[in-house]
Amino acid sequence: MTSVAQSQSPVRRRSWGETAGRWAKIASRELSTVAITIFGLLLITFFIARVIPIDPVLAVVGDNARPETYEAARIELGLDKPLWQQFAVYVGKVFTGDLGRSVLTSNTVVDDIKRVFPATLELATLGTLIGCVLGIPLGVLAAVYQGRWPDQVARVIGLFGYSIPVFWLGLMGLLLFYAKLGWVGGPGRAGVAFQDLITPITGILVIDAAIEGDWEAFRDAWSHLILPSAVLGILSVAYISRMTRSFMITELQQQYVIAARVKGLSEFRVVWRHAMHNAFVPLVTVIAVSYMHLLEGSVLTETIFAWPGLGRYLTHSLLNADMNAVLGGTLVIGAVFIAVNLLSDILGRLVDPRTR
Amino acid sequence: MTTWTDYLLTDSPESRRQAKLGQIYRKWLAFPRNPLAMVGLGIIVALLLVAAFAPLIATADPLAQNLDRRLLPPSGANFFGTDSLGRDIFSRIVYGTRVTLVIVLLVVVTVGPIGLLIGAASGYLGGWVDRLLMRMTDVFLAFPRLVLALAFVAALGPGLENAVIAIAITAWPPYARVARAETLIIRQQDYIAAIRLQGASQWRIVWKHVVPMCLPSLIVRTTLDMAGIILIAAGLGFLGLGAQPPIPEWGAMISAGREQIFDQWWVATFPGLAICVVALGFNLLGDGLRDVMDAR
Amino acid sequence: MRHVAKLMVASAFAALMTTTAQTGVSFAQTPKDTVVMAKQIDDIISLDPAEAFEFSGVEVVTNLYDKLMGVDLAKNNELVPELAQSWSVTPDNLTYTFKLRPGVKFHSGNPLTAADVVYSFQRAVTLNKSPGFILAQFGFTKDNVLEKVKAPDDGTVVITVSKPFAPTFFLNCLTSGVASIVDTKLVKANEKDGDFGNGWLKQNSAGSGAYKVRAYRPNEQYALDANESWYKGAPKNKRIVVRHVAEPASQRLLLEKGDIDIARNLSKDQLAAVKTNKDVEIVQGDKGYILYLGLNTKNPNFAKPEVREALKYLVDYASIERNIVEGTYKAHQSFLPKGFLGAIDDKPYTFDPAKAKELLAKAGLPNGFNVTMDVRSVSPITDIAQAIQANWAQAGIKLELLPGDGKQTLTKYRARTHDIYIGQWGPDYLDPHTNAETFAINENNGEDAKSKTLAWRNAWDIPEMTKTTQSNVLETDAAKRAAVYGTLQREHQKVSPFVIMFQQVEVSADRKGVKGWVIGPSSDTNFYAPISKN
Repeated sequence: MTSVAQSQSPVRRRSWGETAGRWAKIASRELSTVAITIFGLLLITFFIARVIPIDPVLAVVGDNARPETYEAARIELGLDKPLWQQFAVYVGKVFTGDLGRSVLTSNTVVDDIKRVFPATLELATLGTLIGCVLGIPLGVLAAVYQGRWPDQVARVIGLFGYSIPVFWLGLMGLLLFYAKLGWVGGPGRAGVAFQDLITPITGILVIDAAIEGDWEAFRDAWSHLILPSAVLGILSVAYISRMTRSFMITELQQQYVIAARVKGLSEFRVVWRHAMHNAFVPLVTVIAVSYMHLLEGSVLTETIFAWPGLGRYLTHSLLNADMNAVLGGTLVIGAVFIAVNLLSDILGRLVDPRTR
Repeated sequence: MTTWTDYLLTDSPESRRQAKLGQIYRKWLAFPRNPLAMVGLGIIVALLLVAAFAPLIATADPLAQNLDRRLLPPSGANFFGTDSLGRDIFSRIVYGTRVTLVIVLLVVVTVGPIGLLIGAASGYLGGWVDRLLMRMTDVFLAFPRLVLALAFVAALGPGLENAVIAIAITAWPPYARVARAETLIIRQQDYIAAIRLQGASQWRIVWKHVVPMCLPSLIVRTTLDMAGIILIAAGLGFLGLGAQPPIPEWGAMISAGREQIFDQWWVATFPGLAICVVALGFNLLGDGLRDVMDAR
Repeated sequence: MRHVAKLMVASAFAALMTTTAQTGVSFAQTPKDTVVMAKQIDDIISLDPAEAFEFSGVEVVTNLYDKLMGVDLAKNNELVPELAQSWSVTPDNLTYTFKLRPGVKFHSGNPLTAADVVYSFQRAVTLNKSPGFILAQFGFTKDNVLEKVKAPDDGTVVITVSKPFAPTFFLNCLTSGVASIVDTKLVKANEKDGDFGNGWLKQNSAGSGAYKVRAYRPNEQYALDANESWYKGAPKNKRIVVRHVAEPASQRLLLEKGDIDIARNLSKDQLAAVKTNKDVEIVQGDKGYILYLGLNTKNPNFAKPEVREALKYLVDYASIERNIVEGTYKAHQSFLPKGFLGAIDDKPYTFDPAKAKELLAKAGLPNGFNVTMDVRSVSPITDIAQAIQANWAQAGIKLELLPGDGKQTLTKYRARTHDIYIGQWGPDYLDPHTNAETFAINENNGEDAKSKTLAWRNAWDIPEMTKTTQSNVLETDAAKRAAVYGTLQREHQKVSPFVIMFQQVEVSADRKGVKGWVIGPSSDTNFYAPISKN
């Protein structure tokens, strides 16, 4: 989780002409890159999934099944065919949008992911928001007071974010805010009394409750959402504040800032209107990257908070050798990673001064 | 001693290596001026000392159970209380430093060379080797790191060694990226061209000249990564896929205390604090090193 | 600037805190006619009675469907006719005739007839999912089931079994979930590609039982609505909501805050804590699950009977019970759980390291040996394993614990590549044969064996005991049958590679005011209908 800062894809800087052909070439190259990466993703997950020393048939028939039942299930899962054939069949199906059926939930994996993904999205979105609300001012503060104590404090806070095990933070949060103080709701997405009261429209519980105008349900959903999101938010505060600081330091050294100061603009205006304006675009990339890492951070957070999201779906499936579910879940997270990387690449190109 | 400092601080270095080492040494001299980094260094030194003298520091055998003394709150006899099997949590944390160090060292020892070699080869050789290797790192980077480690441990079976292998498998790509970037700069330089003209083999150039020059930035990268490694290892331990019981691994200790969290808070709290402190130590140190090492 | 920055940070914090504080959570009481439970339900694979075979799945099924036969919990699990009004068997013990209770209707309003019984049996036998063998062991196959199970008229079912089995054995098997009667019309309407409606029934219900499925979301929760026209009378509540809460600690908190009425998976420490809470009451019932160690006799050390016996003296049963599992398990050392026909309560073994060392010395291992144990990383298994690890060290046995997830350790166990397996065995149906079969029958100890019983998994070759156990299932005199099981268990205790340690006690913690909740001896007998709240 602390790899947040490191695995961001380098923003490539290239100069190019205005010709459409050039763009097409880049687009096709990016596309083939994406295709190869996804294929690699599938290949690795598939083979990991198949060498895991867990018998996938067990998940279907349980421990006490008779041999005939066992054998029938094995054939139904296609496990009697050679590995490469299984892989070919799987890839073929993925292209038609069929991720197979989960043996644990007996739903199609696509349906399952549709159900669990909004929960994770909800968590990661609010987490990122919290990260921005706290992280950006902190980063600006650090940049403005570069080298002085506010900078040091901001740095320590940031490094703390990189040093706290998220599952422990979650436990401590539950202990303090739920068990002792009773400020927030406990594990799970909603109180028992509110389960199933809200028709899923977006799948995001707080929004659905708001749409229906059921404010009691909204408060309930919010009280369950705030703690896990805050835990994730603290992770992203670290990354966002540090990146903000470095962008702002660059901007504050620019000629136009000096010029603005000379002109006698208020420091507030200089920092927040001018410098921030220019640091904004790279910051968007950073936020996107942070967002996608929160999707990953959700794996452990969801375990702690019994949050029915993608992270928990994935770990649960993995530990039960529910291969279709594991492959589907990994594919979705992988695809989001690739998409965000691509996005930050494109953004990087767009804001490259040489292309303006 | 003087000869060494002379060698390092000379104004007229005789080789590139001496120049580079001299540079690093000067930066090292600047290091103590960074108080946060010194705090980090202090924590790491303390960690090493605790690990080395664990038997002297611990007040009890970390494995000794006493079922009649389970879940006792912190007291003079058990500084951090006892766990669900009546073991002394303080002593387990003290011995846990060894486990943490072993994990971190093993990962670094595996990942460093692999990442360095792949990155250096990729950057230096270029062409299809570069494309192939970089595509591989792309694929690995497209995975969330924890999920990938989780999958590998599930495939290899739980246990300390397997956790190390899994973390290593997920940790190498950024190292390779860093090494490649450095290499791309180094290979442009004249002296490499000179060596090439002298007829040195490509592997020799990579191994003897490129790799050593990449080392400093990789060391910084490694220090910064240590905290991440500790956290992932703890995460695996927490999910029951790391060290085997009764090894006092901190993540597993938190996991064991999870059930008692609302009543016996100390069981999960102290190992978590230990992880925080150590991870913070590595982060502070790495951060300071980065400031010193690269101007950026 | 300085002020602005401060203000920004401060207001951000303030915003966060106030929103949290404002939500200050109104802990709503659960609705009056709805019973809310917290339970670990992530083991459910299917709600189809022909497929469900996990603890939680079976419990749901038994509340959705009715069966021909049932057991009376109040009368020591005596067999009673349910959908069958009466039954009779021919003197050769081969042909059973059941007269159906008239006027029973499914949830859909369709009448329940003998044709539904035939279809349900045909369905279970043809699908042959995990619990299918419970019926198939009486000689039904998908080809002959329609000849063996017949409906001469709407109110009569005639079933022919392949061997003169003890009638109690057959009838006990009819009380298990796989023998549930499904609504033929409704199931057929939801059939897809000849799947007997299996795909649909995984998440829906088509029964006549006390409840019907309102909503089921795997790993999250299920909600059941009461069937007001149930033939036994309307349930005492209108709805049951069972929510998946993995953590016992969380279950306890929800219970104490009044968010739920019943917590199903509290562990020893939580139980001790809620005992002092005057708003909470504890209900318990003996379960058939047995906690044991399986010693693989492929390991040359475990091939020696002395070593096996030594290990039985090397577990500190009393201390583990008192300190780790109190209230959730109790000491039990024979393969038939308390409450089953023929179960014995002998506990010949206590913690005795000196005796164990003596036995080890006799086996030529005076200094102990090294060995591994596969351990599921769940409470309380991990703690028990670690306690055993410490016990064994006293006799020089160095035990290495290999943690793993449930499915992982099980895969290894089934492949016989373990040294020691620590785990639970739950009876498949309410007849002693279910446990006797797995613990004391091993027809073929080769790798190609068809029947992979626990005895097989531990490579324990027992031709004599296999014969005795197999013939006992044909013993029609219940007293004689019980006596043979008694002898078998005593022999088994002495020589087997199983260190049987505990029997589970299922405990449920209820809010005061919850009445009528009785925990049965198996998941098949956890009935929701009598639960009421005031």
